[in-house]
Amino acid sequence: MITVLFVAFAAILVVSSLLVILHRNPLTSALFLVLAFCSLAAIYLLLHAEFIGLVQVVVYAGAIMVLFLFVIMYLNLGHDVESGVTLALRRGLGWLLGAVLVAEGALLITGRLAPGPATPQALTAAAAAAPGNTQQVGLLLYSRYLFPFEITSIILLVAMIGAIVIARGLREPAPAEAPAGSAPVTAAAPEEAPGEDA
Amino acid sequence: MIAFFQDPTVQIAFWGLVKIVVILFVMLGIVAYLTFFERKIAGHIQSRPGPNLVGPWGLFQPFADILKLFLKEEFIPARANKILFHIAPILAVTPALTSFAVVPIGPNFIVTDVNVGLLVFLAMSSLGVYALALAGWSSNNKYALLGGLRSAAQMISYELALGLSTIGVILLAGSLSLVDIVHAQSGTLPFGPLALPRWFVFTQPVAFVIFLICAFAETNRAPFDLPEGESELVGGFHTEYSSMKWAMFFLGEYMNMLTISSITVTLFLGGWNGPWLPESLQFLWFFGKLFALIFLFMWVRWTFPRLRYDQLMAFGWKVLLPIALLNVLATGAAVYWVGNR
Repeated sequence: MITVLFVAFAAILVVSSLLVILHRNPLTSALFLVLAFCSLAAIYLLLHAEFIGLVQVVVYAGAIMVLFLFVIMYLNLGHDVESGVTLALRRGLGWLLGAVLVAEGALLITGRLAPGPATPQALTAAAAAAPGNTQQVGLLLYSRYLFPFEITSIILLVAMIGAIVIARGLREPAPAEAPAGSAPVTAAAPEEAPGEDA
Repeated sequence: MIAFFQDPTVQIAFWGLVKIVVILFVMLGIVAYLTFFERKIAGHIQSRPGPNLVGPWGLFQPFADILKLFLKEEFIPARANKILFHIAPILAVTPALTSFAVVPIGPNFIVTDVNVGLLVFLAMSSLGVYALALAGWSSNNKYALLGGLRSAAQMISYELALGLSTIGVILLAGSLSLVDIVHAQSGTLPFGPLALPRWFVFTQPVAFVIFLICAFAETNRAPFDLPEGESELVGGFHTEYSSMKWAMFFLGEYMNMLTISSITVTLFLGGWNGPWLPESLQFLWFFGKLFALIFLFMWVRWTFPRLRYDQLMAFGWKVLLPIALLNVLATGAAVYWVGNR
């Protein structure tokens, strides 16, 4: 039963991921990426990683992709009509990088170099004793991986502040005694911030 | 054949399906009558009778409405994106229905008690944005597009505060499972000479208010119904929809209201907990609280004016979000202090 479900979701994942890069309409590509995220979440669920699976849906499918969709709708992007040397160069680079990635993957699989699932020794004693997946993730995050966790949050904070600075720098500084005109500007600034979290 | 049915996996799957079908039809029935209640309450608030001609007290009105909607002409704009135009109404209903799989209606009546039930609800509510955004975009109509973009921006903004306000509850209950959260609210809380029920609305009042405000915004209902503001955007994201596709958006709105109200009952109002009733009838408490909350939703819709769009955004980001963050901080400190006293 689990195997059947895994094969089904893996097939959806592979097909939709391919369609993300093969489809010409950017909006459809973005929607296939949402489908890919959802089927990846389903595979996490089958592995009993409920927390990661659902956070995948909340963060990627529910928040970040909506912002992508937003940008595509605002810019009203149609089909990819670019042509000439730039496109050929980009395509060539894409094929090259893709080939390198496939070769790397093949090497890892044939040489059994890919790290397997975490062994019980990798978990700290406290995390292993905790009931449920969410508690284990939390305990590991705040003990063994505390330093990477804090670094990540600082990077996100910097990106957020950077986004606000860029968004404000584009406009002329509003006169001090014009609160009515400046209100939408300040309202728009934090709106852009989560987009940079991606 | 009998051996097949005695297999425990088959048993779980069978009873799961039975529960899903029962919940599906009960919820669809409730939603059909919510439209009737909405119109009756609106009529009462505006000093007019409301629908009262179809059947006794107008009780058969929902059936007449459904019949009418089925018989209407279905229209698709010429330059619409056909596939997305068809998918959007489906996406409006499915996430809200899916969340019901984790809502504990009674002590023994829940489809599945997953250990991350609250996250299932948050995930499904975050997917609800796609329906509105895609409906607006695929209709190829400027009013629909503006409505869709507004709704997407609004839902993303209020989802953050919604998620953060639930963290206080999670900290107190120590679990993401909705059944555990309901169990954590059983018993009473000594409050001077009184004994309050141990509902999280009393221990997390700030979170409750934030959650409720965000619930109004998430369901796109007044005073936050800007995506479909009639006076400026015609019908908003569903301007171009007709017949049953339009009805699907309507259904989705009421289904969302039902879902978010039942989550509010579960998180803050003690779920099925209540005095006097035996365990087998405690689901009546759940429905009682649910309908009280839905009445509040309708009452607010017909009494409050609509917010201006920039006010709405500023309120979400500059007021609700910081308060929700402070609430998380205060609750965390309190839980730590109580735990280490």
